[in-house]
Amino acid sequence: METLSDQIERALEQIGSAASLETLDGLRVSLLGKTGLVTEQLKQLGKLPADERKVQGERVNRAKERLQSAIATRKLALEEAVFDKRLAEERIDITLPGRNRDLGSIHPVTRALDRIVEIFSNLGYSQAEGPEIEDDYHNFEALNFPPHHPARAMHDTFYVTPDQSGAARLLRTHTSPVQIRAMAGRQPPIRIIAAGKVYRSDSDQTHTPMFHQVEGLLVDETSSFADLKGTLAEFVRAFFERDFEMRFRPSYFPFTEPSAEVDIRWDKDDGSERWLEVLGCGMVHPNVLRNCGIDAEKYTGFAFGLGVERFAMLRYGVTDLREFFENDVRFLRQFG
Amino acid sequence: MKFSENWLREIVNPGVGRDELCRRLTMAGLEVENIEILGAGLEGVVVAEIVACEPHPNADKLRVCKVAIGKGEPVQIVCGAPNARVGLKAPLATIGAKLPNGIEIKKAALRGVESNGMLCSAKELNLEADASGLMELPDDAPVGRPLTEYLGLPDASIELKLTPNRPDCLGLRGLADDVAALFDAPVHEPASNPVAATSTAQREVRLEAGTDCPRYCGRVIEGIDATAKSPLWLASRLRRSGVRPISAIVDVTQYVMLELGQPMHAYDAGSLHGSIHVRRARADETLKLLDGNEAKLDAECLLITDDKAPLGLAGIMGGLDSRVTDATQNVFLEAAHFAPAAIMGRARKFGLHTDASHRFERGVDPELPRVAIERATALLIAIAGGKPGPVIEAVLPEHLPRCAAVRLRRNRLARVLGMSVADAEVERILRALGMRVDTVADGWLATPPSRRFDIAIEEDLIEEIARVHGYERVPTHAPSGELRLALRSEAQVAPVRVRAQLAARGYREAICYSFVARDLLRCWSMEEAAVALANPLSADLGVMRTSLLPGLIEALKRNLNRQQERVRLFETGLVFTQRASELKQVPRLAAVACGRAMPESWTGDKRQLDFYDLKADLDTTLALGGRRGQIEFLPAGEAWLHPGRSAEVRIDGVSAGVVGSLHPRLLKALDLDDDVLVFELDLARVYAGKLPQARGLSRFPSVRRDIAIVVPELAIYAHIESTVRAELGKSLSELLVFDQYCGPNLGLGVKSLAIGLILQDDSRTLTDEDADHCVARAVAALERECGARLRG
Repeated sequence: METLSDQIERALEQIGSAASLETLDGLRVSLLGKTGLVTEQLKQLGKLPADERKVQGERVNRAKERLQSAIATRKLALEEAVFDKRLAEERIDITLPGRNRDLGSIHPVTRALDRIVEIFSNLGYSQAEGPEIEDDYHNFEALNFPPHHPARAMHDTFYVTPDQSGAARLLRTHTSPVQIRAMAGRQPPIRIIAAGKVYRSDSDQTHTPMFHQVEGLLVDETSSFADLKGTLAEFVRAFFERDFEMRFRPSYFPFTEPSAEVDIRWDKDDGSERWLEVLGCGMVHPNVLRNCGIDAEKYTGFAFGLGVERFAMLRYGVTDLREFFENDVRFLRQFG
Repeated sequence: MKFSENWLREIVNPGVGRDELCRRLTMAGLEVENIEILGAGLEGVVVAEIVACEPHPNADKLRVCKVAIGKGEPVQIVCGAPNARVGLKAPLATIGAKLPNGIEIKKAALRGVESNGMLCSAKELNLEADASGLMELPDDAPVGRPLTEYLGLPDASIELKLTPNRPDCLGLRGLADDVAALFDAPVHEPASNPVAATSTAQREVRLEAGTDCPRYCGRVIEGIDATAKSPLWLASRLRRSGVRPISAIVDVTQYVMLELGQPMHAYDAGSLHGSIHVRRARADETLKLLDGNEAKLDAECLLITDDKAPLGLAGIMGGLDSRVTDATQNVFLEAAHFAPAAIMGRARKFGLHTDASHRFERGVDPELPRVAIERATALLIAIAGGKPGPVIEAVLPEHLPRCAAVRLRRNRLARVLGMSVADAEVERILRALGMRVDTVADGWLATPPSRRFDIAIEEDLIEEIARVHGYERVPTHAPSGELRLALRSEAQVAPVRVRAQLAARGYREAICYSFVARDLLRCWSMEEAAVALANPLSADLGVMRTSLLPGLIEALKRNLNRQQERVRLFETGLVFTQRASELKQVPRLAAVACGRAMPESWTGDKRQLDFYDLKADLDTTLALGGRRGQIEFLPAGEAWLHPGRSAEVRIDGVSAGVVGSLHPRLLKALDLDDDVLVFELDLARVYAGKLPQARGLSRFPSVRRDIAIVVPELAIYAHIESTVRAELGKSLSELLVFDQYCGPNLGLGVKSLAIGLILQDDSRTLTDEDADHCVARAVAALERECGARLRG
């Protein structure tokens, strides 16, 4: 007859070679279950004399532990194998593109505009708006452009067919009329930024009849030309995230005095020096303050205006202005 | 304003080189736009005279010349120019010269004949464009003299881009003041000594237009040689200033204008009748202008006339009949002051822009006419002879512009600039600019010279100080004034978020022109209230858009034509309508889409986009505003929308926009083959959100019960949903529809909907009985209100 130890050895062998969790579980039941080999052995112990019982008891218990441990080990191995099989079956091509990768984009002009507005928001400027069909008063007269003045000829103006009342209206040629609207009926301190579309009757490679401007205005009891220089220098640095050599060049706008144009040094690829005009600005003309009911003696202010397309072109390397308005998705998708 | 650098330096020499001069002019607000360098690389080019000219033995088109160069024997030159002839004086590039075009002159043999230099055209010397033959020099040109020395070279044509406030710099004399102030250099006044009358010829001048023309100087010069040519020095200065020499008389008037800034005009005195009048035109008058066009005049036009007829448009252009010709014997010179207000806009009205109108509409020194007429007389009689009569000056002193003193306060100067400027520097600058300066307790009183039309208030003086002192010397500060924030209300949805949301759903932002073709709007039945432009660039850009959609669809079409199959675009912007006298400019948001619902993929989802895709895009956009009012979708009435697949969007009962498929008829008219889905919303409604208010969460589990109901085919889901919600009230935490079915097994005219009810109570766990009861109530309500029955 087979000894216990032989039986155990054989069981261990069977456990070690069990091919599935089901087989293993069958073995566990046949060995350790209610009527299993080991359980039966333990039941027999009571029939043995006390001294034998102790020896035999230890032997059976040792065998039980060995079996339990072997079953656990084998179970782990079989489970791993099941996982491995499943994982192998479930493998996919991770290089195929993901589903529904539908993503649109923000227009580069808006993108540049948002950044400009964000920078000035951080400086305490709030956003102001105005209509695009303007009247002569806001677009010119209140900004100190006398009728027929040659400075008006610099703005190639689109006029709107007069309505029944005959009121002359035009498409705003700059965002400066928002200054007038923002100041009217309001007292300093004022810090506003106005962004939007403007229109000039001009169309060629470097001009589109519609483009975007941002206008800034600050009026308070202390502002000076030095503050204007400081503000714009900081803005240009923040927008382009780099330092520039800048120059403020005297210029003329009817609504500012002194007036300046701001050039940044943007050297050509061949290394030759090039100054690019990027902003117009100046101290708000006292007539403009007075036109808006602001005490020009007590308050001073500065205003500036910039062409957003120019900034977007420089920033994103766009070389043809007209691309901004063709809305070709192959162009638009480059701006994320 | 284009001028010769050497000419300027004769009046004021800044003592610096060209680059520094130009840099400082630009930095003083007189922007140098272009510099054309003349006479560089002409070393070794001399004035030569052809003393013999024989045919070339071996070439038909070449000639063999003997050329005198002032020393030694004449040199032999082979030359192909058609105008080579004995006696001609022309530039000769001698051996060793290196021309501006890179040609290096060497001894050479041309078809076997030796040539010891090259006779040159103006083009070869980079002086003028003329390459037709040798540059012909005047007969009195000194043989052997270096060409540069003879022509006053090197020189540069400098072009300024002047702002409209600086007409005083449209003449060298005015520009000289700025240069003097910038470089602290003395000005040498151009000679303008009075020329004594040697004849008694004169002509009465009557000023009949008040402030329009408060001063007029005229002078008759008799017995002039109208065919006389301007001397080389004068012609060169004109050319280098961008003016083509014509005849001595015309050239002299141009010269004086460039030098002093005073436009002048010369009439053929023989064509004049009686007195000269300056007056406004009458409505019935016409005038044949120098350019040959007939101008129809009106009371806006200021005229120069004689006793019989108009002679010229004052300050703009002379008339054809009174012009100077080669046959002219006596001229009448005019130098007048026309007020800017009398000239502004007038030239433009006739499609004209002349050197004179450009200056007069900006402002010309009222003290100049007499100086100019003396200067012109002296130049003219020296070139073309003639006997001048006395200067006739008519003046209305009460109408002359005044040069009032302007106060400049030391403190104000410092405050506006953010820096202080030394008193001595302030006074130096103002005086150098030709102002009279008086010191007062808190600053100065400065009286500008009569040529400055731009100095009227304190800020004008501050600008002068800043610009001459140098903007670069103004420090840079951060503003330190009071800050008052005015932020967007938090309830308002940030525009950035709306755009980001649409981009996240696959839309690309577009920016279209605000103007479109009226025909396009008509195609959409949207032209009714369109605002038209009075002066559009073209009919295609003739009216303001009344909706964002027509432009966006055009953009979509362009993309389809460029092999894109699935296009999604959105735009925000104003739309414009005019009804009676009410003009509306309203911001909108629009989106357009076509093609598949999803980008083409290996996953094989090929479904085409439909109404519910767009509706979801619209819903999620509106959801950015948080828990806002009730949003309803009602059948839309727009002619351009598919009547069965479009909706008007209402928020709290007020229309906020539309969503749907374009009408097949519109698709056809627009030449679109496939369905296009769109929505357009009032942007203000999109932005108008609500501040979130949190509610406590129920701690008790929810129960879901699904029901399937059969309703008439025309029943609408919104009604079913509202019926259930009204019936169950607070017990219903969510309701969803998870299936819709129509089919023959249901019977005709009905459809089935599967609805999930999610029930929950705030205070206790719902029992099965509670849930059953809720379902029974919901079903009863649906049967009662919607003609529904439970699907068996």
